[in-house]
Amino acid sequence: MDRAETDRRIREQLEPFNKKGIAVADDTSFARDLEFDSLTVMDFVAAIEDEFDIIISMNQQAEIETYGQLVDAVHAMRKDDA
Amino acid sequence: MSEGVMQADQPPVIEAAPAGDLFAKFDGLIAMREGLLKAGQEDPFSLVMEQVLSPTRAICNGRETILLGTYNYMGMTFDPDVIAAGKQALADFGTGTTGSRVLNGTYQGHRECEDALREFYGMDHAMVFSTGYQANLGIISTIAGKGDYIILDIDSHASIWDGCALGNAEVVPFRHNDIDAMEKRLKRIPEGAGKLVILEGVYSMLGDIAPLKEMVAVAKKHGAMVLVDEAHSMGFIGENGRGVAEDAGVMDDVDFIIGTFSKSVGTVGGFCVSNHPKFEIMRLVCRPYVFTASLPPSVVATASASIRKLMAGAEKRAHLWKNSRRLHGGLKALGFELGTGEAQSAIVAVIMPDLEKGAAMWQALLHEGLYVNLARPPATPANMTLLRCSLCAEHSDEEVETILGMFERAGKTVGII
Repeated sequence: MDRAETDRRIREQLEPFNKKGIAVADDTSFARDLEFDSLTVMDFVAAIEDEFDIIISMNQQAEIETYGQLVDAVHAMRKDDA
Repeated sequence: MSEGVMQADQPPVIEAAPAGDLFAKFDGLIAMREGLLKAGQEDPFSLVMEQVLSPTRAICNGRETILLGTYNYMGMTFDPDVIAAGKQALADFGTGTTGSRVLNGTYQGHRECEDALREFYGMDHAMVFSTGYQANLGIISTIAGKGDYIILDIDSHASIWDGCALGNAEVVPFRHNDIDAMEKRLKRIPEGAGKLVILEGVYSMLGDIAPLKEMVAVAKKHGAMVLVDEAHSMGFIGENGRGVAEDAGVMDDVDFIIGTFSKSVGTVGGFCVSNHPKFEIMRLVCRPYVFTASLPPSVVATASASIRKLMAGAEKRAHLWKNSRRLHGGLKALGFELGTGEAQSAIVAVIMPDLEKGAAMWQALLHEGLYVNLARPPATPANMTLLRCSLCAEHSDEEVETILGMFERAGKTVGII
Protein backbone atom coordinates (compact mmCIF):
# COMPACT_ATOMS: atom_id res chain seq x y z
CA MET A 1 0.00 0.00 0.00
CA ASP A 2 1.45 3.42 -0.92
CA ARG A 3 1.23 6.56 1.20
CA ALA A 4 -1.62 7.99 -0.91
CA GLU A 5 -3.73 4.91 -0.26
CA THR A 6 -2.98 5.10 3.49
CA ASP A 7 -3.91 8.81 3.37
CA ARG A 8 -7.21 8.02 1.63
CA ARG A 9 -8.21 5.38 4.17
CA ILE A 10 -7.28 7.56 7.18
CA ARG A 11 -9.18 10.51 5.65
CA GLU A 12 -12.25 8.29 5.40
CA GLN A 13 -11.97 7.32 9.10
CA LEU A 14 -11.42 10.94 10.12
CA GLU A 15 -14.55 12.22 8.41
CA PRO A 16 -17.10 11.42 11.18
CA PHE A 17 -14.77 12.99 13.77
CA ASN A 18 -14.28 16.20 11.77
CA LYS A 19 -17.49 17.76 13.11
CA LYS A 20 -16.82 21.26 11.77
CA GLY A 21 -15.81 20.02 8.32
CA ILE A 22 -12.32 21.55 8.54
CA ALA A 23 -10.16 21.21 5.43
CA VAL A 24 -7.51 18.66 6.43
CA ALA A 25 -3.92 18.99 5.21
CA ASP A 26 -0.69 17.38 6.40
CA ASP A 27 -0.07 20.21 8.88
CA THR A 28 -3.59 20.12 10.39
CA SER A 29 -3.28 19.68 14.17
CA PHE A 30 -5.61 17.26 15.94
CA ALA A 31 -5.66 19.25 19.19
CA ARG A 32 -5.60 22.82 17.84
CA ASP A 33 -7.43 22.66 14.50
CA LEU A 34 -9.74 19.67 14.93
CA GLU A 35 -10.19 20.37 18.67
CA PHE A 36 -9.95 16.69 19.64
CA ASP A 37 -10.38 16.03 23.38
CA SER A 38 -9.01 12.90 25.04
CA LEU A 39 -12.19 10.86 24.49
CA THR A 40 -12.34 11.77 20.81
CA VAL A 41 -8.67 10.84 20.47
CA MET A 42 -9.39 7.41 21.96
CA ASP A 43 -12.32 6.74 19.62
CA PHE A 44 -10.47 8.04 16.56
CA VAL A 45 -7.33 6.03 17.36
CA ALA A 46 -9.50 2.93 17.87
CA ALA A 47 -11.05 3.48 14.42
CA ILE A 48 -7.61 3.78 12.80
CA GLU A 49 -6.32 0.74 14.71
CA ASP A 50 -9.29 -1.33 13.54
CA GLU A 51 -8.98 -0.12 9.94
CA PHE A 52 -5.33 -1.12 9.67
CA ASP A 53 -5.19 -3.86 12.33
CA ILE A 54 -2.38 -2.10 14.21
CA ILE A 55 -1.70 -0.74 17.69
CA ILE A 56 -0.87 2.94 18.20
CA SER A 57 0.18 3.08 21.86
CA MET A 58 -0.18 6.27 23.86
CA ASN A 59 3.61 6.56 23.80
CA GLN A 60 3.45 6.67 19.98
CA GLN A 61 0.43 9.00 20.03
CA ALA A 62 2.44 11.50 22.06
CA GLU A 63 4.73 11.95 19.03
CA ILE A 64 1.84 12.56 16.64
CA GLU A 65 0.45 16.09 16.54
CA THR A 66 -0.61 16.57 12.95
CA TYR A 67 -2.53 14.66 10.30
CA GLY A 68 0.59 14.23 8.16
CA GLN A 69 2.51 12.71 11.08
CA LEU A 70 -0.29 10.21 11.61
CA VAL A 71 -0.30 9.17 7.94
CA ASP A 72 3.49 8.76 8.06
CA ALA A 73 3.34 6.72 11.28
CA VAL A 74 0.59 4.40 10.03
CA HIS A 75 2.30 4.06 6.64
CA ALA A 76 5.56 3.08 8.36
CA MET A 77 3.78 0.48 10.51
CA ARG A 78 2.12 -1.02 7.44
CA LYS A 79 5.46 -1.22 5.61
CA ASP A 80 6.98 -3.02 8.61
CA ASP A 81 4.18 -5.55 8.32
CA ALA A 82 4.49 -6.16 4.60
CA MET B 1 3.30 35.78 27.34
CA SER B 2 4.66 39.35 27.34
CA GLU B 3 1.27 40.57 26.15
CA GLY B 4 -0.11 40.33 29.68
CA VAL B 5 2.61 42.56 31.04
CA MET B 6 2.04 45.23 28.43
CA GLN B 7 -1.66 45.37 29.21
CA ALA B 8 -1.13 45.67 32.95
CA ASP B 9 -2.95 48.97 33.19
CA GLN B 10 -6.19 47.44 31.91
CA PRO B 11 -8.47 45.94 34.53
CA PRO B 12 -7.71 42.22 34.22
CA VAL B 13 -10.23 39.59 35.29
CA ILE B 14 -7.36 37.73 36.86
CA GLU B 15 -3.91 39.06 37.59
CA ALA B 16 -1.94 38.69 34.35
CA ALA B 17 1.01 36.36 34.73
CA PRO B 18 4.39 38.06 34.31
CA ALA B 19 6.65 36.71 31.60
CA GLY B 20 8.27 33.44 32.58
CA ASP B 21 5.71 32.64 35.29
CA LEU B 22 5.30 28.88 35.21
CA PHE B 23 1.87 29.31 36.82
CA ALA B 24 0.45 30.91 33.66
CA LYS B 25 -0.77 27.48 32.54
CA PHE B 26 -3.25 27.44 35.45
CA ASP B 27 -4.93 30.74 34.55
CA GLY B 28 -7.94 29.05 32.95
CA LEU B 29 -8.60 26.93 36.02
CA ILE B 30 -8.11 29.91 38.37
CA ALA B 31 -10.63 31.93 36.35
CA MET B 32 -13.18 29.09 36.41
CA ARG B 33 -12.86 28.73 40.17
CA GLU B 34 -13.13 32.46 40.79
CA GLY B 35 -16.21 32.62 38.57
CA LEU B 36 -17.91 29.95 40.66
CA LEU B 37 -17.02 31.58 43.97
CA LYS B 38 -18.12 35.04 42.77
CA ALA B 39 -21.58 33.62 42.09
CA GLY B 40 -21.89 33.08 45.85
CA GLN B 41 -20.92 29.44 45.71
CA GLU B 42 -19.20 27.88 48.72
CA ASP B 43 -15.91 26.40 47.60
CA PRO B 44 -16.54 22.67 47.08
CA PHE B 45 -12.82 21.95 47.27
CA SER B 46 -11.98 23.78 50.52
CA LEU B 47 -14.43 22.24 52.95
CA VAL B 48 -13.14 21.85 56.49
CA MET B 49 -14.51 19.26 58.90
CA GLU B 50 -14.19 21.07 62.21
CA GLN B 51 -15.30 18.10 64.29
CA VAL B 52 -15.90 14.49 63.31
CA LEU B 53 -18.64 12.97 65.46
CA SER B 54 -18.83 9.47 63.96
CA PRO B 55 -18.22 7.69 60.63
CA THR B 56 -21.42 9.33 59.35
CA ARG B 57 -21.57 12.74 61.09
CA ALA B 58 -19.32 15.81 61.27
CA ILE B 59 -19.47 19.55 61.89
CA CYS B 60 -18.67 21.15 58.52
CA ASN B 61 -18.48 24.93 58.15
CA GLY B 62 -20.29 25.23 61.50
CA ARG B 63 -23.18 22.88 60.56
CA GLU B 64 -23.87 19.35 61.74
CA THR B 65 -23.67 17.33 58.55
CA ILE B 66 -24.48 13.80 57.45
CA LEU B 67 -21.46 12.41 55.61
CA LEU B 68 -22.33 10.73 52.31
CA GLY B 69 -19.04 11.09 50.50
CA THR B 70 -16.24 9.57 52.56
CA TYR B 71 -15.60 6.04 51.14
CA ASN B 72 -15.72 4.99 54.79
CA TYR B 73 -17.82 2.07 53.59
CA MET B 74 -17.63 -0.16 56.65
CA GLY B 75 -17.55 2.63 59.25
CA MET B 76 -14.36 1.34 60.90
CA THR B 77 -12.91 4.77 61.77
CA PHE B 78 -14.46 4.85 65.26
CA ASP B 79 -14.51 1.13 66.00
CA PRO B 80 -13.43 0.82 69.68
CA ASP B 81 -11.21 -2.24 69.07
CA VAL B 82 -9.49 -0.52 66.16
CA ILE B 83 -8.91 2.68 68.15
CA ALA B 84 -7.56 0.66 71.11
CA ALA B 85 -5.08 -1.15 68.83
CA GLY B 86 -3.85 2.18 67.48
CA LYS B 87 -3.44 3.73 70.94
CA GLN B 88 -1.50 0.71 72.17
CA ALA B 89 0.88 0.82 69.19
CA LEU B 90 1.35 4.56 69.63
CA ALA B 91 2.33 3.97 73.27
CA ASP B 92 4.51 0.93 72.58
CA PHE B 93 6.22 1.84 69.30
CA GLY B 94 6.07 5.65 69.13
CA THR B 95 4.71 8.11 66.59
CA GLY B 96 6.63 7.07 63.48
CA THR B 97 9.26 4.80 61.99
CA THR B 98 11.36 7.55 60.39
CA GLY B 99 12.54 5.07 57.81
CA SER B 100 12.04 3.02 54.68
CA ARG B 101 10.51 -0.45 54.81
CA VAL B 102 13.83 -1.90 53.60
CA LEU B 103 15.95 -0.11 56.21
CA ASN B 104 14.72 0.73 59.72
CA GLY B 105 11.02 1.09 58.85
CA THR B 106 9.68 -2.47 59.17
CA TYR B 107 8.30 -2.99 62.69
CA GLN B 108 6.50 -6.00 64.07
CA GLY B 109 3.23 -4.18 63.22
CA HIS B 110 4.02 -3.96 59.51
CA ARG B 111 4.62 -7.72 59.41
CA GLU B 112 1.38 -8.37 61.30
CA CYS B 113 -0.50 -6.13 58.94
CA GLU B 114 0.84 -8.07 55.94
CA ASP B 115 -0.12 -11.33 57.70
CA ALA B 116 -3.67 -10.00 58.15
CA LEU B 117 -3.85 -9.15 54.44
CA ARG B 118 -2.54 -12.56 53.35
CA GLU B 119 -5.19 -14.18 55.50
CA PHE B 120 -7.94 -11.82 54.34
CA TYR B 121 -7.26 -12.53 50.65
CA GLY B 122 -6.05 -16.11 51.02
CA MET B 123 -2.90 -15.22 49.08
CA ASP B 124 0.78 -16.08 49.56
CA HIS B 125 2.27 -12.58 49.56
CA ALA B 126 1.30 -9.13 50.76
CA MET B 127 3.22 -5.89 50.52
CA VAL B 128 2.13 -2.74 52.38
CA PHE B 129 2.80 0.69 50.87
CA SER B 130 2.44 4.10 52.49
CA THR B 131 -0.62 4.95 50.36
CA GLY B 132 -2.87 3.24 47.80
CA TYR B 133 -1.60 5.71 45.23
CA GLN B 134 1.96 4.50 45.81
CA ALA B 135 0.88 0.86 45.58
CA ASN B 136 -0.37 1.40 42.01
CA LEU B 137 2.50 3.70 41.15
CA GLY B 138 5.06 1.18 42.41
CA ILE B 139 3.72 -2.14 41.20
CA ILE B 140 2.69 -0.97 37.72
CA SER B 141 5.85 0.99 36.93
CA THR B 142 8.07 -1.82 38.21
CA ILE B 143 6.53 -4.94 36.66
CA ALA B 144 5.79 -3.48 33.20
CA GLY B 145 9.09 -2.40 31.69
CA LYS B 146 10.46 -1.31 28.32
CA GLY B 147 9.00 -3.35 25.48
CA ASP B 148 6.12 -4.66 27.60
CA TYR B 149 2.52 -3.62 26.94
CA ILE B 150 -0.04 -2.31 29.44
CA ILE B 151 -3.64 -2.70 28.30
CA LEU B 152 -5.97 -0.70 30.52
CA ASP B 153 -9.47 0.67 30.81
CA ILE B 154 -9.69 4.33 29.74
CA ASP B 155 -11.57 5.20 32.97
CA SER B 156 -8.74 3.96 35.20
CA HIS B 157 -7.89 5.87 38.39
CA ALA B 158 -5.23 8.59 38.30
CA SER B 159 -2.84 6.41 40.35
CA ILE B 160 -2.97 3.74 37.60
CA TRP B 161 -2.27 6.29 34.85
CA ASP B 162 0.56 7.75 36.91
CA GLY B 163 1.98 4.25 37.38
CA CYS B 164 1.98 3.90 33.58
CA ALA B 165 3.63 7.30 33.19
CA LEU B 166 6.36 6.45 35.70
CA GLY B 167 7.28 3.24 33.85
CA ASN B 168 8.57 2.57 30.36
CA ALA B 169 5.97 0.17 28.94
CA GLU B 170 3.82 0.82 25.88
CA VAL B 171 0.42 2.02 27.11
CA VAL B 172 -2.72 0.97 25.24
CA PRO B 173 -6.13 2.04 26.60
CA PHE B 174 -9.50 0.60 25.59
CA ARG B 175 -13.08 1.88 25.90
CA HIS B 176 -14.55 1.51 29.40
CA ASN B 177 -15.64 -2.05 30.23
CA ASP B 178 -15.55 -3.00 26.51
CA ILE B 179 -14.50 -6.66 26.32
CA ASP B 180 -14.18 -6.72 22.51
CA ALA B 181 -12.08 -3.56 22.41
CA MET B 182 -9.78 -5.08 25.03
CA GLU B 183 -9.42 -8.36 23.12
CA LYS B 184 -8.73 -6.62 19.78
CA ARG B 185 -5.79 -4.78 21.37
CA LEU B 186 -4.45 -7.91 23.05
CA LYS B 187 -4.50 -9.74 19.71
CA ARG B 188 -2.41 -7.06 18.01
CA ILE B 189 0.42 -7.00 20.53
CA PRO B 190 3.66 -8.21 18.94
CA GLU B 191 4.55 -11.84 19.51
CA GLY B 192 6.67 -12.39 22.60
CA ALA B 193 6.03 -9.01 24.26
CA GLY B 194 5.05 -9.01 27.96
CA LYS B 195 1.42 -8.06 28.62
CA LEU B 196 -0.22 -6.57 31.71
CA VAL B 197 -3.98 -6.02 31.75
CA ILE B 198 -5.11 -3.48 34.38
CA LEU B 199 -8.74 -3.42 35.52
CA GLU B 200 -10.67 -2.09 38.49
CA GLY B 201 -13.34 -3.99 40.39
CA VAL B 202 -15.48 -0.92 41.03
CA TYR B 203 -14.96 2.28 39.03
CA SER B 204 -15.31 5.06 41.55
CA MET B 205 -16.74 7.77 39.34
CA LEU B 206 -20.00 6.06 38.37
CA GLY B 207 -19.91 3.23 40.91
CA ASP B 208 -20.18 0.58 38.17
CA ILE B 209 -18.35 -2.74 38.26
CA ALA B 210 -16.21 -4.44 35.61
CA PRO B 211 -17.30 -7.69 33.92
CA LEU B 212 -14.27 -9.39 35.47
CA LYS B 213 -15.34 -12.96 34.70
CA GLU B 214 -15.22 -12.30 30.96
CA MET B 215 -12.35 -9.82 30.95
CA VAL B 216 -9.99 -11.91 33.06
CA ALA B 217 -10.74 -14.96 30.88
CA VAL B 218 -9.90 -12.98 27.72
CA ALA B 219 -6.69 -11.62 29.28
CA LYS B 220 -5.58 -15.12 30.28
CA LYS B 221 -6.45 -16.52 26.83
CA HIS B 222 -3.96 -14.06 25.37
CA GLY B 223 -1.26 -14.83 27.92
CA ALA B 224 -1.48 -11.54 29.85
CA MET B 225 -0.88 -11.03 33.55
CA VAL B 226 -3.82 -9.37 35.28
CA LEU B 227 -3.81 -6.64 37.92
CA VAL B 228 -7.12 -5.64 39.51
CA ASP B 229 -7.56 -2.56 41.70
CA GLU B 230 -10.17 -3.45 44.32
CA ALA B 231 -9.97 -0.20 46.32
CA HIS B 232 -13.74 0.36 46.24
CA SER B 233 -14.91 -3.20 46.90
CA MET B 234 -12.82 -4.48 49.81
CA GLY B 235 -14.85 -5.59 52.79
CA PHE B 236 -18.29 -5.85 51.19
CA ILE B 237 -18.22 -7.33 47.67
CA GLY B 238 -17.69 -11.09 47.36
CA GLU B 239 -18.42 -13.78 49.91
CA ASN B 240 -15.40 -12.88 52.05
CA GLY B 241 -15.31 -9.23 51.08
CA ARG B 242 -12.30 -9.80 48.80
CA GLY B 243 -13.84 -7.81 45.99
CA VAL B 244 -15.39 -8.06 42.55
CA ALA B 245 -12.82 -10.68 41.47
CA GLU B 246 -14.04 -12.96 44.27
CA ASP B 247 -17.68 -12.27 43.40
CA ALA B 248 -16.94 -13.15 39.75
CA GLY B 249 -15.12 -16.33 40.79
CA VAL B 250 -11.80 -15.38 39.15
CA MET B 251 -9.52 -14.85 42.16
CA ASP B 252 -7.20 -17.65 41.01
CA ASP B 253 -6.63 -15.99 37.64
CA VAL B 254 -5.83 -12.55 39.02
CA ASP B 255 -2.07 -12.11 39.42
CA PHE B 256 -2.09 -8.92 41.51
CA ILE B 257 -4.74 -7.25 43.62
CA ILE B 258 -4.14 -3.65 44.63
CA GLY B 259 -6.02 -2.18 47.54
CA THR B 260 -6.10 0.62 50.06
CA PHE B 261 -6.55 1.15 53.80
CA SER B 262 -8.20 4.53 53.23
CA LYS B 263 -11.67 3.23 52.39
CA SER B 264 -13.24 0.20 54.11
CA VAL B 265 -10.23 -0.32 56.39
CA GLY B 266 -10.63 3.22 57.70
CA THR B 267 -7.07 4.55 57.92
CA VAL B 268 -4.39 5.24 55.28
CA GLY B 269 -2.01 3.02 53.34
CA GLY B 270 -1.99 0.77 50.30
CA PHE B 271 -1.11 -2.78 49.43
CA CYS B 272 -0.59 -5.42 46.79
CA VAL B 273 -1.38 -9.11 47.34
CA SER B 274 -0.23 -11.85 44.97
CA ASN B 275 0.49 -15.56 44.58
CA HIS B 276 3.43 -14.96 42.25
CA PRO B 277 6.29 -17.16 43.53
CA LYS B 278 8.87 -14.40 43.00
CA PHE B 279 6.73 -11.60 44.44
CA GLU B 280 9.02 -10.82 47.40
CA ILE B 281 11.68 -9.37 45.04
CA MET B 282 9.34 -6.38 44.63
CA ARG B 283 10.51 -5.14 48.03
CA LEU B 284 13.97 -4.48 46.59
CA VAL B 285 13.15 -3.13 43.15
CA CYS B 286 9.98 -1.10 43.63
CA ARG B 287 11.04 2.52 44.09
CA PRO B 288 7.80 3.97 45.56
CA TYR B 289 8.15 1.23 48.23
CA VAL B 290 11.85 1.71 48.92
CA PHE B 291 12.32 5.47 48.74
CA THR B 292 9.72 6.66 51.23
CA ALA B 293 9.09 6.26 54.96
CA SER B 294 6.87 3.40 56.09
CA LEU B 295 3.50 3.89 57.77
CA PRO B 296 3.48 4.86 61.47
CA PRO B 297 3.06 1.94 63.91
CA SER B 298 -0.37 3.19 65.03
CA VAL B 299 -1.62 3.18 61.43
CA VAL B 300 -0.57 -0.40 60.65
CA ALA B 301 -1.98 -1.51 64.03
CA THR B 302 -5.38 0.05 63.27
CA ALA B 303 -5.26 -1.45 59.76
CA SER B 304 -4.55 -4.97 61.08
CA ALA B 305 -7.31 -4.75 63.69
CA SER B 306 -9.76 -3.42 61.12
CA ILE B 307 -8.89 -6.02 58.43
CA ARG B 308 -9.40 -8.84 60.94
CA LYS B 309 -12.78 -7.42 61.94
CA LEU B 310 -13.79 -7.07 58.28
CA MET B 311 -13.32 -10.84 57.87
CA ALA B 312 -16.29 -11.27 60.20
CA GLY B 313 -18.32 -8.34 58.92
CA ALA B 314 -21.20 -10.18 57.24
CA GLU B 315 -23.94 -8.28 59.07
CA LYS B 316 -22.46 -4.86 58.39
CA ARG B 317 -21.95 -5.87 54.78
CA ALA B 318 -25.62 -6.77 54.42
CA HIS B 319 -26.70 -3.43 55.91
CA LEU B 320 -24.38 -1.50 53.58
CA TRP B 321 -25.97 -3.22 50.58
CA LYS B 322 -29.43 -2.45 51.92
CA ASN B 323 -28.46 1.24 52.26
CA SER B 324 -27.00 1.39 48.78
CA ARG B 325 -30.06 -0.20 47.16
CA ARG B 326 -32.47 2.04 49.10
CA LEU B 327 -30.60 5.25 48.21
CA HIS B 328 -30.27 4.22 44.57
CA GLY B 329 -33.96 3.27 44.28
CA GLY B 330 -35.11 6.37 46.16
CA LEU B 331 -33.09 8.82 44.05
CA LYS B 332 -34.23 7.14 40.86
CA ALA B 333 -37.87 7.40 41.97
CA LEU B 334 -37.35 11.13 42.67
CA GLY B 335 -36.31 11.56 39.04
CA PHE B 336 -32.54 11.97 39.35
CA GLU B 337 -30.32 10.60 36.58
CA LEU B 338 -27.91 8.04 38.05
CA GLY B 339 -24.61 6.57 36.87
CA THR B 340 -25.87 2.98 36.91
CA GLY B 341 -29.25 1.33 36.26
CA GLU B 342 -29.15 -0.47 39.60
CA ALA B 343 -26.93 -0.30 42.69
CA GLN B 344 -23.71 -2.16 41.76
CA SER B 345 -21.53 -0.97 44.64
CA ALA B 346 -21.68 1.39 47.64
CA ILE B 347 -21.25 4.38 45.30
CA VAL B 348 -24.31 6.08 43.83
CA ALA B 349 -23.39 8.74 41.28
CA VAL B 350 -25.98 11.42 40.53
CA ILE B 351 -25.41 12.98 37.11
CA MET B 352 -25.75 16.78 37.01
CA PRO B 353 -26.76 18.68 33.85
CA ASP B 354 -23.65 20.94 34.06
CA LEU B 355 -20.98 22.23 36.44
CA GLU B 356 -22.97 25.33 37.51
CA LYS B 357 -26.08 23.31 38.41
CA GLY B 358 -23.89 20.64 40.01
CA ALA B 359 -22.11 23.19 42.20
CA ALA B 360 -25.44 24.81 43.15
CA MET B 361 -26.90 21.42 44.03
CA TRP B 362 -23.79 20.53 46.06
CA GLN B 363 -24.22 23.77 48.04
CA ALA B 364 -27.97 23.30 48.52
CA LEU B 365 -27.29 19.82 49.95
CA LEU B 366 -24.60 21.20 52.25
CA HIS B 367 -27.10 23.78 53.56
CA GLU B 368 -29.52 20.93 54.15
CA GLY B 369 -26.78 19.27 56.21
CA LEU B 370 -25.51 16.67 53.74
CA TYR B 371 -22.00 16.23 52.38
CA VAL B 372 -21.45 14.48 49.03
CA ASN B 373 -18.45 14.61 46.63
CA LEU B 374 -18.63 17.01 43.73
CA ALA B 375 -16.73 15.46 40.83
CA ARG B 376 -16.04 17.55 37.77
CA PRO B 377 -14.10 17.31 34.51
CA PRO B 378 -11.41 16.30 33.77
CA ALA B 379 -11.54 13.67 36.56
CA THR B 380 -14.91 12.37 35.29
CA PRO B 381 -15.73 10.17 32.30
CA ALA B 382 -17.28 11.96 29.28
CA ASN B 383 -16.73 15.32 31.05
CA MET B 384 -19.73 14.79 33.30
CA THR B 385 -20.38 16.69 36.52
CA LEU B 386 -21.32 14.21 39.23
CA LEU B 387 -22.51 14.29 42.80
CA ARG B 388 -20.97 11.14 44.15
CA CYS B 389 -22.59 9.53 47.17
CA SER B 390 -20.80 6.75 49.01
CA LEU B 391 -22.72 4.88 51.65
CA CYS B 392 -21.54 3.60 54.99
CA ALA B 393 -22.62 0.48 56.86
CA GLU B 394 -23.17 2.81 59.84
CA HIS B 395 -25.82 4.92 58.07
CA SER B 396 -29.10 3.99 59.76
CA ASP B 397 -32.29 3.27 57.80
CA GLU B 398 -33.68 6.58 59.10
CA GLU B 399 -30.59 8.48 57.95
CA VAL B 400 -31.02 7.15 54.42
CA GLU B 401 -34.65 8.39 54.42
CA THR B 402 -33.47 11.79 55.75
CA ILE B 403 -30.89 11.91 52.94
CA LEU B 404 -33.57 11.24 50.32
CA GLY B 405 -35.67 14.12 51.75
CA MET B 406 -32.65 16.43 51.50
CA PHE B 407 -32.07 15.45 47.88
CA GLU B 408 -35.72 16.07 47.04
CA ARG B 409 -35.78 19.58 48.55
CA ALA B 410 -32.37 20.57 47.12
CA GLY B 411 -33.22 19.12 43.70
CA LYS B 412 -36.43 21.15 43.52
CA THR B 413 -34.72 24.34 44.74
CA VAL B 414 -32.03 24.07 42.09
CA GLY B 415 -34.50 22.95 39.44
CA ILE B 416 -32.97 19.60 38.58
CA ILE B 417 -36.06 17.48 39.34
